[in-house]
Amino acid sequence: MKYLDEYRDAAAASKLADAIARTVTKPWTIMEVCGGQTHTIVKYGIDEILPEQIELVHGPGCPVCVTSLEMIDRAHAIAARPDVIFCSFGDMLRVPGSRGDLLSLKSQGADVRTVYSPLDAVNLAAANPNRKVVFFAIGFETTAPPNAMAVWMAHKRKLTNFSVLVSHVTVPPAMTAILEAEGNRVQGFLGPGHVCTVMGYDEYEPIARKYHVPIVITGFEPVDMLEGVLMTVRQLESGRAEVENQYSRAVLRAGNEHSLNLIGEVFEICDRKWRGVGLIPKSGYKLREKYRQHDAERLFEVENIETEESSVCISGQILRGLKKPHQCPEFGKRCTPQTPLGATMVSAEGSCAAYYNYGRHLAGISLPVLAGGAS
Amino acid sequence: MCLAIPGKVVQKYQEHDVLMGKVDFSGVTKRVCLEHVPEVEVGKYVLVHVGFALQCIDEDEAQKVFDFLKSMDQLDEINEPQASP
Repeated sequence: MKYLDEYRDAAAASKLADAIARTVTKPWTIMEVCGGQTHTIVKYGIDEILPEQIELVHGPGCPVCVTSLEMIDRAHAIAARPDVIFCSFGDMLRVPGSRGDLLSLKSQGADVRTVYSPLDAVNLAAANPNRKVVFFAIGFETTAPPNAMAVWMAHKRKLTNFSVLVSHVTVPPAMTAILEAEGNRVQGFLGPGHVCTVMGYDEYEPIARKYHVPIVITGFEPVDMLEGVLMTVRQLESGRAEVENQYSRAVLRAGNEHSLNLIGEVFEICDRKWRGVGLIPKSGYKLREKYRQHDAERLFEVENIETEESSVCISGQILRGLKKPHQCPEFGKRCTPQTPLGATMVSAEGSCAAYYNYGRHLAGISLPVLAGGAS
Repeated sequence: MCLAIPGKVVQKYQEHDVLMGKVDFSGVTKRVCLEHVPEVEVGKYVLVHVGFALQCIDEDEAQKVFDFLKSMDQLDEINEPQASP
């Protein structure tokens, strides 16, 4: 077992879809929180093999999409400095800020580099003592341990030329914001499997209780997602609202205690502005005082950031599950992955980009459903 | 972005006092930080995100969905109407 292809098996997926069809008696709206899960749904056509009573709506779990325009403009201003090596995950380079994206800045001569891991950026700082290495630390809780480890290691190795521009976001406050919003349609959640490998799932219990919504912590492969939907539908049909763990091969109730300790050591909770949604209280991480010498926001003061978002983009409603990408008049027309107008089209994991990349903007297209299993 | 891929640990070593390892992803080997899965043994699988192992994969739990599907098959066989003699 290699824990990948087995969970893309077409026969197993089809059996689970049959079990869902036998269980469902009423219409239900279920949100998958994570952008990676949205990607799986659209790629494998999971929404198309579900009974029509079940609607999947796509959540805000794409950190590239929800990173605020101000933060992208700040990254742009820091990366433009001649003394800086600016490092980022590849996804962030194409995200348009008010003054263009980081990739075009690189083409103009700025030293912008894609790194596979934040730990690579730490090694880059060690190898370039005369340059300032800045890492764009974005992500949900999943990415918090590696980013925290990079800061902790740089601090320990006394690499004062290493800093991070932190724009971390956390899932539970965003779920609460969705449930509190006027016109909310979400009746159950597929919870974010990889976030919970780190955090565990105790913090979802109060949400399930308070709003009476089932939350099923779910993995990212087609078989995982269909089992997650089946578990959610069983709860909805029987009137239960509990936290269940579909992704038990990787998620423990208590999460990873080493990771939780390191996150607590390096980060503290702060309010965070989400692109397309607005300010969500206590929904982010920032660096603790102890690590201020590695805080790019303090080291490089950037002022007079004025941002402007598209007035036609409906990504805010899409991120809250109120609308689908194809309900936007500009989807696939003025707004494409090459010319994104807003948050959900900027990253491959954004709902709009996923719909576009798998041809959902083309009328009458029929998608292969789990053809051949593995991709 | 929260993509994490299972890979098999083929080597463990220390680097700057941090536990690192070589992890095999179906033939492609990468350097991975194992500091948060210190108990993992060579030959076992970990879930890796941006060069960092988040968690060990539990082999017994990984089998559960397939056991569940098998039990559904058995249930179907019991429920199927008996062929007339």
